[in-house]
Amino acid sequence: MSKVKVPVARPVIGAAGKTGIWRVSRPVVDYSRCTLCGICWLYCPDSVVEISEDKKRVVIDYDYCKGCGICSVECPFNAIKMVREEVR
Amino acid sequence: MAHKFFPKEEFLLKGHAACPGCGAALVLRHVLKALGARTILVIPASCSSVIAGPFPKSSYSVPVLHIAFAASAAAASGIVEALDKLGEKTFNVVVWAGDGGTADIGIQALSGAAERGHDIIYICYDNEAYMNTGIQKSGLTPYKAWTTTTPRGNPSFKKDMPGIMVSHRIPYVATISPAYPNDIVSKIRKAAKIRGLKYIHAHIPCPPGWRFDSSLTVRIARLAVLSGVWILYEYENGVFRLTGPSRKLVDKSKRKPIGEYLKLQGRFRHLSERDVEELQKLVDERWEAIRKDIMGENA
Repeated sequence: MSKVKVPVARPVIGAAGKTGIWRVSRPVVDYSRCTLCGICWLYCPDSVVEISEDKKRVVIDYDYCKGCGICSVECPFNAIKMVREEVR
Repeated sequence: MAHKFFPKEEFLLKGHAACPGCGAALVLRHVLKALGARTILVIPASCSSVIAGPFPKSSYSVPVLHIAFAASAAAASGIVEALDKLGEKTFNVVVWAGDGGTADIGIQALSGAAERGHDIIYICYDNEAYMNTGIQKSGLTPYKAWTTTTPRGNPSFKKDMPGIMVSHRIPYVATISPAYPNDIVSKIRKAAKIRGLKYIHAHIPCPPGWRFDSSLTVRIARLAVLSGVWILYEYENGVFRLTGPSRKLVDKSKRKPIGEYLKLQGRFRHLSERDVEELQKLVDERWEAIRKDIMGENA
C-alpha cells in the first residue's frame, strides 16, 4: 500500500531563505555603551538579537537580520549604529 | 534585563518572509511567547500567510491552519470541538487574522463563533488596510488616511471593532500595541485563562503601507498610544478598564497632540491643518465619552 502524502510544511529557521541579503544598513553594537538592557531583543521583529549570558554580549545574527533599524531607534543608550552595507 | 523577564523560547523563527520592521511579526512573536508551544494558529488569507514562507517550509514552530478568508472563526470552532472530542484540554486555539479578515470578510464567522461561545482567542492584527494585496482601503482604515483605493483620503470612518465585540457580550475584549510587550503578554495570558471567545485587537504599524521608515515601527505605535489615537483598554465581563499608559491620558493635557503621530506617516501627508484639527477633535470626543463612562461607574 502506498503511503498517503500529506502536504504539511515543517518549521525551519530561514523559511524564506537568508533574509540578511535584504539588508541595506547593518546594525553595529557599540559595546562600550551597551548595558545589556535587552530592549533591542524585546523589539526585534525578526528575533535575530541574542543576548549571550556567558559572553555578556549582544549578538546579532547577520544571516537573517533585515536591517530594519528598530533596535537602533529604540536603544535607550544610543549603542546601536546603522552602517550602510558595502556593495559586494 | 528585558530578556530575563520575558519567555525565552522563539516560536516565530528567524528568516521569515515579513517586511523589515513588520509590526505584525513583532506582536505575533510576543503572542506566541506568551502562549507557549501548545498553541494552534488559524490564519486566514493575510500578510501572515506569506510570513510563513514558501511550502514545504514554515517559519511558525506551532501548528498552523491556513484557511480561506471568511472561514477563520468557523474553522477555529471546528478545532475546538475536535479537541473537545479527543479530550485535549491544554491547547490554546488562536485565530490570527488581519483587519480585512476580521472587520470586512470574516465578521459573520466571528459573530457566529462569539454567539456559540467557543473557547477561542481571536486576535485581529489591524494594519488599517489590505496591505498584502497592495494597500487597499478596509473597514478599519482610519478617516482621511491615504490608500491606493482612496487616493484623496478615506471618506468613511474606522469601525469600532472591539465595540462590536463588546456588544456580543463575550467575556474578554482587549486592545494591544507593539510598543508595550508587557501589556501584550499580560493580556494574552489573562485571555488564555478565560473560557469562551476572547477578542484582542492589535494596532500594527506597517512601514510600506503607512509610508514610513522601517525603523520607526515601535516609535509610531508608542506615539499612537501617547497621543490617544490608540487606546489600551480591556473589557472583562463587560467592565471597562484602561490599562498601561492609557490610564493617565483621560486628562487632555497629558495627551500628545495628534500631529506628532500623523506627521511621521506618508499616508497622512496630504492633510491640511484643518484636517488635523478635525482628527484631533474626533480623538478628544472619544476620550470625553470614556471619561463620562468611568465617572458614571464611580459615582
